Amino acid sequence: MESRATRIGLGVWVALVLAFLYIPIVVICLYAFNSSNVQSWPIAGLTTRWFSPAIHNGDMQQALELSLKAAALATTIALLLGSAASFGVHRFRFFGRESISFLLVLPIALPGIITGMALNSYFTFWKFNFGLWTIVIGHATFCVVVVYNNVIARLRRVPGSLTEASMDLGADGIQTFRYVTFPTISTALISGGLLAFALSFDEVIVTTFTAGAQNTLPIWIFGQIRLGQQLPQVNVVVFIILAVTIIPVALAQRLTRESGILRTE
Amino acid sequence: MRDRPGARRRFGGALWRRPWLKGLSLLSLPVLAFLIVYVAALAALFLSALWTVDPFTSKLIHHWNLDNFRTLWNDSTYRTVAIRTIYVAAAVTVTDALIAFPFAYFMARVASGRMRALLFVLVLLPLWASYLARVYAWRLILNNDGLLNWSLHKVGLPSAGIAYSNTAMWIVFSYIWLPFMILPVYAALERIPHSYIEASRDLGAKGTRTLRSVILPLALPGIVAGSIFTFSLTLGDYITPVLIGGASSQFIGNVVYDSVNQASDLPFAAAFAVVPLAVMGVYLTLARRLGAFEAL
Amino acid sequence: MTKRMWVLTAMLAVGLAFPAAGVTSKQGGTLNMIAWEGYTQPQWVKPFTASTGCKVHAKYGGSSDEMVTLMRSGGGGQYDMVSASGDASLRLIYGKDVQPVDPSKIPDFKNFGKAFQSPPNNTVGGKHYGISLQWGPNTLLYNTKLVKPAPTSWSAIYSPKYKGKVTVPDNPIQIADAALYLMKHSPSLGIKDPYELNKAQFDAAINLLKKQKPLIKKYWALASDEIDLFKNRDAVIGASWPYQTNTLIAAKAPVKDVVPSEGATGWLDTWMVSSHTKNLDCAMKWLSWISTPKVQAEQAIYFGETPVNSKACAIMDKLSKGSCAQYHANAPLKYFKQIHFWKTPIADCGNGQKNCMDYTAWQRAWTQLKG
Repeated sequence: MESRATRIGLGVWVALVLAFLYIPIVVICLYAFNSSNVQSWPIAGLTTRWFSPAIHNGDMQQALELSLKAAALATTIALLLGSAASFGVHRFRFFGRESISFLLVLPIALPGIITGMALNSYFTFWKFNFGLWTIVIGHATFCVVVVYNNVIARLRRVPGSLTEASMDLGADGIQTFRYVTFPTISTALISGGLLAFALSFDEVIVTTFTAGAQNTLPIWIFGQIRLGQQLPQVNVVVFIILAVTIIPVALAQRLTRESGILRTE
Repeated sequence: MRDRPGARRRFGGALWRRPWLKGLSLLSLPVLAFLIVYVAALAALFLSALWTVDPFTSKLIHHWNLDNFRTLWNDSTYRTVAIRTIYVAAAVTVTDALIAFPFAYFMARVASGRMRALLFVLVLLPLWASYLARVYAWRLILNNDGLLNWSLHKVGLPSAGIAYSNTAMWIVFSYIWLPFMILPVYAALERIPHSYIEASRDLGAKGTRTLRSVILPLALPGIVAGSIFTFSLTLGDYITPVLIGGASSQFIGNVVYDSVNQASDLPFAAAFAVVPLAVMGVYLTLARRLGAFEAL
Repeated sequence: MTKRMWVLTAMLAVGLAFPAAGVTSKQGGTLNMIAWEGYTQPQWVKPFTASTGCKVHAKYGGSSDEMVTLMRSGGGGQYDMVSASGDASLRLIYGKDVQPVDPSKIPDFKNFGKAFQSPPNNTVGGKHYGISLQWGPNTLLYNTKLVKPAPTSWSAIYSPKYKGKVTVPDNPIQIADAALYLMKHSPSLGIKDPYELNKAQFDAAINLLKKQKPLIKKYWALASDEIDLFKNRDAVIGASWPYQTNTLIAAKAPVKDVVPSEGATGWLDTWMVSSHTKNLDCAMKWLSWISTPKVQAEQAIYFGETPVNSKACAIMDKLSKGSCAQYHANAPLKYFKQIHFWKTPIADCGNGQKNCMDYTAWQRAWTQLKG
């Protein structure tokens, strides 16, 4: 075990880092109550008058709806494609196996602006209509790798003997998948899916190039930031989103606690 | 009468006997989707770097030439921008690694189960507060009349004149990507079996020696994995330089974005985008060698 | 374990159900516009939607370049209208991105000042590619408490007196501002038009900007950049639009703006209609609406610019006393001629020679300047 001094030191470090992580968040939430529409320190005054216009803002509602739809679709695609890819890579040896991982990690390793420009030209060339599906495709490119990494990391820790044992006991492929394989990767799918959703929901650079005239929530936020007239509304929206997402995030964390055969030592 | 297995079993059996077929069927859809959409789009983009554009109508002129690359090479501005970007990206990566490691260590090896779950949630939660809103909040903190200077004045220190500067960008980038570094490092540290540490202790190593010789090498893939995020996300970003940067804070992303946005010069943007592509290509190759791909 | 499977199934179900549950597309009654920040305020957009049923959806552009690119993006069919300044309008016309409109269908067209009915930046070959909107100068904005005495010349932003506290727009067209300064202070260069610069004149302007660079705190790209810079005293003097001045004054910042003695660059905006629009009906309704005296007055006061409709002056004074004179809505032609409106620099110098720097050179030089 680490010495007491080390543990206290680490604890202090953690507290400082948490403070670092949350000071801007506190600023955002505080300035949701700013009585002036221009941000400066100290805060001009406190008021709740921005809450109602922000919630009823039609542009914001449309943007939020589009963001949620795009994130849900991108996450679904990522779950399906990502887990399929991870199974394929994990189970089978074939030529070019290494390059699959490399290929899938490209969208997240290359700058978003490159993905954005490339997809924009591509969609324009094939005369795709810019809208929900172009946004989803753009997001799916980097969401897939998030799920893929989570699932393949889990698969590497699951002993292959489990599948064989299941087969020996008479289960066919689909039964094995349903009763043995799937439960072991389900938590990886949940955490991967949640992270993919978060990434898609907050994505702005690729979306700028693939959204056409439509606004997702981050694009709406950027428009408000450049306008500079209704900044507290942005803070209100972020504040509410944070408050709302605490629950699913905490819930997902509880569900993905490791248990059973995967607990190490 | 002999029992013939159902169709499902026969199909399953066939796939079992021919594993490559199963592999192929699983992989075909994702890989095909990727190749047709993503790789094709990328290839088309970088191919267009060899073309030019009509300045008045923004239409692509399919005339093969190296003009864009010649401009990039001859004009030192672009070298300056590239070096600045890489430098800040490296600084952010190192900073985040240093901040994240003790944090992740605490999470993985010192914290109780409940504390660990709480910390996990606390690290993930900021990712749900819009990136733009968080960067904009930093403006308020780092401004001339902002929170930072106000606090410094309260303890009698002079203003830190870091608003709208590369230093400010370094701070903000380190802040924004920190969760992306903490998570892989945590995952790597958590995987180290306790028996390794015990064995090291049994062999007589003190704390720092164990850290240096056992823990760090095993955590390295996680650190490198996290660094892929911090490095590449900083390398390609253009929004933080616009919001937080000063008069000499152009990043590669800004030049590329301005080239598309202002000049409608996609070929030039694609040509300059070769720089981050090459840099990340090298980085990823190194990262793979260090085992980061298993630790993502 | 079953709980996890339920959560997962729920996630997938939500993911697939969401699009189905969503509202169907709102085609037919929505105008997607590219506009300058402050041009589509609810104050005049809400009544428009209420009376015509056409919804307005704005994407902001901070520079003419951005607007041209947005207009051309995705093959050109993404946006229905654009509030283009003079340095964007011709590019859009020659790029066939906008279509001609019939001004006789706009009731207030006949009330426009003569100079704004068929200006060369939106009327080509007798065809009107849009309707003039508003115009105004790029002003010198300063902090009244920290900049003393009150500046009367652009030299204030080129002198080291306010080093590190100056801001100018992040826009290649800013080179014209430097050229304008040199027009008055270095007449030996022979600059007649700040947008028509031969190599020697261009290099002189760039040199002036290079000398200015150490004084600059930040090149503002977004209107709110400048608002924040001045509100928090990161900048105390700079080139600006009246929109920032009005916002800062409303937020109780001690600022004032002025058109200095050398004159100023400015903009003359046109609402243009995309050649690919599917909402021509709503677009024409918007053109009619935005040219009515009341809306012209409202926008002029809000943004701080000058309306093209001569009937707007009376209403401006009713809405805000003295605003008609403040924003030069009734000013003589002399004021109008003092402003050098944005136009796209091209190689053809207009004096028979073809050796002027074209806009690509301006853009490259600007990127180099920022470094």
